[in-house]
Amino acid sequence: MFFTYLRRELRRRRKAALVVASGLALGIALVIVVNSVSSGMGRAQDKVLQSLYGLGTDMTVTKAAEAPKAGATPGQRFKFGAKSGSDKQQSSDRVMVQGFQTLADSTVDKVGRQKGVAAAVGGLSLRVIKVDGQFKPGQFKQFKQTQGGETFHRGGAGGTADGGPQGKVEGGGADFNVDSYSVFGTDVTQRNLGPLTSSKITEGRTFKTSETNAEVAVADSAYAKEKKLSVGDKVTIKGTKYRIIGIATADSGDAAANLYLPLKQAQTLADAKADVTTVYVKATDSQQIGAVKSTIQKNISGTTVTTSADLASTVSGSLSTASDLAAGVGKWLSIVVLAAAFLVAGLLTSSAVSRRVREFGTLKAVGWTSGRVTRQVVGEAVVSGLLGGVLGIAVGLAGAWAVTAVSPTLTAQLGGGTGGGGGGGGFGGPMRRAVSQKSLDVALSAPVSLSTIALAVGLAVAGGLIAGAFGGWRASRLRPADALRRVE
Amino acid sequence: MYQLRGVTKQYRRGKDTIDALAGVDLTIGDGDRLVIQGPTGGGKSTLLQMLGGLDRPTSGSVELDGVDLARLPEARLTKVRAESIGFVFQSFNLIPTLTAQENVETALVPLGLKGPDRRERAADALTSVGLGERRGHLPAELSGGQQQRVAIARALVKKPKVLLADEPTGNLDESMRDEIMEVLAAQWKEHGLTFIMVTHDSSIARKAPRLATIRKGTIKVTENDKAA
Ligand SMILES: Nc1ncnc2c1ncn2[C@@H]1O[C@H](COP(=O)(O)OP(=O)(O)OP(=O)(O)O)[C@@H](O)[C@H]1O
Ligand SMILES: [Mg+2]
Repeated sequence: MFFTYLRRELRRRRKAALVVASGLALGIALVIVVNSVSSGMGRAQDKVLQSLYGLGTDMTVTKAAEAPKAGATPGQRFKFGAKSGSDKQQSSDRVMVQGFQTLADSTVDKVGRQKGVAAAVGGLSLRVIKVDGQFKPGQFKQFKQTQGGETFHRGGAGGTADGGPQGKVEGGGADFNVDSYSVFGTDVTQRNLGPLTSSKITEGRTFKTSETNAEVAVADSAYAKEKKLSVGDKVTIKGTKYRIIGIATADSGDAAANLYLPLKQAQTLADAKADVTTVYVKATDSQQIGAVKSTIQKNISGTTVTTSADLASTVSGSLSTASDLAAGVGKWLSIVVLAAAFLVAGLLTSSAVSRRVREFGTLKAVGWTSGRVTRQVVGEAVVSGLLGGVLGIAVGLAGAWAVTAVSPTLTAQLGGGTGGGGGGGGFGGPMRRAVSQKSLDVALSAPVSLSTIALAVGLAVAGGLIAGAFGGWRASRLRPADALRRVE
Repeated sequence: MYQLRGVTKQYRRGKDTIDALAGVDLTIGDGDRLVIQGPTGGGKSTLLQMLGGLDRPTSGSVELDGVDLARLPEARLTKVRAESIGFVFQSFNLIPTLTAQENVETALVPLGLKGPDRRERAADALTSVGLGERRGHLPAELSGGQQQRVAIARALVKKPKVLLADEPTGNLDESMRDEIMEVLAAQWKEHGLTFIMVTHDSSIARKAPRLATIRKGTIKVTENDKAA
């Protein structure tokens, strides 16, 4: 009888059930969309951080910022064979450690020995400024006699001589190409940690563990495309020719460096033997990152430890605005809508009981217990709630799907005050680059997790029970004599 | 069967109290047929509610086979309603979303009757009131007379000791009135019930063997020897 009666009620009073169900559906759909967009934001943020760190890196260790000494940074000077009359193509590379702060190689082992550290690997970030081109002394040319219409040519470095014979210094000066790119020296013996892990080798191969000091390089795909490099080509840095063995494509479309070299090679290039800019650390337990951070900072002086949480707090731009929005407005909106839906469902169920006073009174007069009548009312409400849940899940999935289909682009700026100022100024290597200048575009998706669906089902049941409680309470208080009431 | 002593019922409406029953003493024997009449607002329905265990008196006792319904715990009173009392209402009070058959079955639900047994008994009850063919119809698809027959089937399907009817023909036109009265009389004879009915119809009242008249909460019973 319970199910027959329930089915009949829901079918024949479809409208009332639908109103209750759609209210709940709206709330549940909103919860699904907000939840999935939030987790999409989280994913986007992870992606941003991952592109800086590489997969699996929980924190980085860099040298703590020092007050810069005057003149500590050598001025940049490019030496060219300034032989007179030379017009040969010349090239000069200047290799600098990015951020100018390095740690001793031994720090890597020291960090690796700390409690809670699963793995530590060092990396050296370099910036190479390549200047190449022609350098020609100016040549004096006598003007031919022409009527009017003559043109004056000015050489870059030369100029028209006043007074002297009519003519000019032509072609003097230089035609330089200044090209700057980043190089990351990676520990080829530990390939599962560090920035290169956030890229996939899409052509060729990655470093072999034996290539600790080989003259080979992996190029980032974007850089390779720009410079028309392919596997087998050679790039020359400071006179050393590196054979490109592989092309790496960054997962998030933004690579940590343009070229990757074996760490030793990078150290030699930079004249920074036994130096690293950054130690990438993986913790044994991702829940203990905070503790590991303080252990390292306490035991190894002169270092700055940056966790992904620290870095995440420096993310700004539309991504962080949107994620604040999702966490704030979205969350509150869904709470308010859900609460309203629960209330409306409760009031509607309760008023439906009022309209059925005679019906329930009659059932009690016929011998139904209060419990049986109440169960019937609660049952109807729960089924309405579940109906709302199904509807809400459908609408919510459609909404989340729509967000993913449109995949609006969000921009993340990294840095904000923390990167440079305060005490935390030591992001080394690619992170420093990121901190100082990085702006990433991430496509927003709205992945719906099983737990979100479970939450939706739970909310539907809860909504049904709340509505049922309102109605059931009223129904339980009806007396059999209400069968004779002349309401309606 | 019934033994009522000093039954009063007061309804409170704000500051006012209404004495719907003002001290009713009444004895009804097994298999009796009692007709209750009286002016509107006299307390007829209130008395019927006391007899049916739908409500409790303010004071006094309502004994049914030696059990005082006024003091029975709710659970047991519910059981008495489920097993011993059949109630027929003026406005039929069928569940609008359930078919005739299902409406009758609602009376068997508290008795714990399961599936086929329950369906069979409900079908039999409907057949005995002449509605065997209309089992699958909704109340809205039946005439007033047919709806009241369904209600009678619902009241009698449990084979109660007592049938209480509160103006069962009040909402019906003349032709249906006689039809329903015939059905009720037939059922009363067949089941050997105690039958208590409230009516405004003086032609019915005249034929009743025992007639109770309620005025302003007080009862006066007259025996009618001429009636059959
Ligand atoms: N639930 C209630 N609350 C308040 N007063 C009530 C209630 N039920 C009945 N009354 C009052 O009690 C008195 C008796 O009512 P009752 O329904 O028993 O009369 P009745 O004889 O059945 O009248 P009718 O012929 O109109 O059905 C009336 O004055 C009525 O207004
Ligand atoms: Mg009445």
